[in-house]
Parts: sequence; structure tokens; C-alpha cells
Amino acid sequence: MVGSLLLRGMLVGILAGLFAFGFARIFGEPQIDRAIAYEEQMASAEAAASGQAAEEEPELVSRGTQAGIGLLTGSVIYGAAIGGLFALVFAYVYGRISPLGPRATAALLALGAFIAIVLAPALKYPATPPAVGNPETIGARTELFFVMLLISIAASVAAVALARRLWAQHGAWNAGIAGAAAFIAIMVVVQCALPTINEIPEGYSADLLWRFRTSSLGMHAVLWTVIGLAFGALAEKSFASRSSHRATLR
Amino acid sequence: MSDIAYAPSALPQPIPVREILPWAVFGGLLLLIAIYFIGSEEGAMTLVSGLNTHEFVHDARHLLGFPCH
Repeated sequence: MVGSLLLRGMLVGILAGLFAFGFARIFGEPQIDRAIAYEEQMASAEAAASGQAAEEEPELVSRGTQAGIGLLTGSVIYGAAIGGLFALVFAYVYGRISPLGPRATAALLALGAFIAIVLAPALKYPATPPAVGNPETIGARTELFFVMLLISIAASVAAVALARRLWAQHGAWNAGIAGAAAFIAIMVVVQCALPTINEIPEGYSADLLWRFRTSSLGMHAVLWTVIGLAFGALAEKSFASRSSHRATLR
Repeated sequence: MSDIAYAPSALPQPIPVREILPWAVFGGLLLLIAIYFIGSEEGAMTLVSGLNTHEFVHDARHLLGFPCH
């Protein structure tokens, strides 16, 4: 059962990765091109000011490859991995936290995961387009990003556990509100406590930054929407076939 | 129909943890490694020398929000 759910999750993740690629290709790529044009413009201006010829960075992988097959590969592998992990968490959560069926469980789990894994961490450490970010701080930035991610996941698990505990006595709505409030409170404290990263160059286009970041969030939203809805539909089928199989055995 | 939906027999049956655990450990580990290669290889740390993985998935890495150079 778990193996078949995992396989379905990964297949759904591949599908979701394809949709995310389409979204990123249409809305994200133009912003990356703008950012790289800015980066090159800055590099040549710097070279002109210092009187030296502009240093051409060797191109290991062409822009066409990065924006095409590279973006596709990245999106699909990421989608498959997220879909598989989603299926494993679903296998544990289903029937344990709420009486909801497979489709509602998958949809709510995807929404919760989007908030915990994408939205909440991005409020503090948002996606950065090319030409933003100092290569010397990549270590510290990566560390902070993953610390934020782990705290956000832990906070969401704690919030669900709290809601589950309050449920019987206070009802689903009040328990849910209490859980959500606990999650927000933890994240506000943590986000205020962790250091701010601002490596945006002076005069960097605010419009470009906003469009890049909204397309990054949009790409994740597309991914999680497809996973939540498509996985729910497949899981419902596999549970239905399992119970009808059991019924015939009886 | 709504009466049937609330009948105890229709409540979802959880999958036993001992069934989930082996899949979660081995599958989960492989999937996390896949995310590592898309997200962080040749960024803050490097397992395979060179910059080819980084450059190949460059755009996906930026758009997925991973810290990138």
C-alpha cells in the first residue's frame, strides 16, 4: 500500500513539475533574462571604470540550456521528490489526524505544506534573482535558509499536534484556529530573531525583484496545487480498490 | 448518503506505522538526496567537483528559491 502510494506520489510530482516548468518558463524566465542583462551591464560598467577589458565569464552551460532542458530537469526532479515525500507524509497522516477522506486530506496537506515549506520561509528569506547575493556569504545564507525551513516544518507539526489535542474538547474550528495562531506566533518570533539578509545592489530594479519573487511563489503554488489535487484523486482510487478487494475476500 | 458517510465503518483506516517506516527511511533518504542535488550541490558545499550541476539547474534553483551564488 505504502509503496503504491509512494509511486503515485512521485508520478503526480512529475506531472506537477511539468506544470511548474510551464509556469516558470512563461513568467520566471523573462525576469532571469532581465537580471542577467543587468549583471552583465554592471560588469562592463565596472570594467570600463577601472580601464580594463570586461572579463568574460566562461559559459559552462548555455543560457538556452539553462532556461530549457535545465529548468525542465530541475522542476521535474524537484517535483518527483516533493511528490514522493508528500505521499509518505500522507500515508502517515491519513486516518490519524482527521476523519477526512483521501481527497480532502491530500488537498489540506498540500495547502499546509505550501505554507510551511514555501510561504513562511520565503517571507524572511525570499528567492533571489541573479545579480542579487554576495558569493562570499553563500554558506551562511544556505545555512539560514535550511534552519528556517526546519523550524517552519517543526512549528507546523507542533501546531497540528496542538490542534489535534484541543479538538475533542473545543471543536474542530477552535482547535484549528488555536493551531494556526500557535504556528504564526512561533514564526513571528523566529523570523524576528534570525538575522536579516539584504544583499540587493543599489539601484536594482524593484519591479524585476517583485516579478521574480511572485513568479517563484507562483511556481511553487502550481506545483503544490497539482500535487494536492491529483494525488488525492489517485489515492481515493487506490483506497477504493483496496476496500473492495477486502470486501470480496470476506 | 450523508448518513452512510458518517457510519463508523466508513472512517478512514490508518496505515500501520510498521508498514510506512521502511518506505519512509529508504524512499525519504533518496528523495532528500535528489532535492539536495537540485537545490544545493556546488553551492555551499560540493560532493561532485566542477560547476556543471550548478550551472545546468541554475534557473530552476533561482526560481525555486534556493540560495544560489
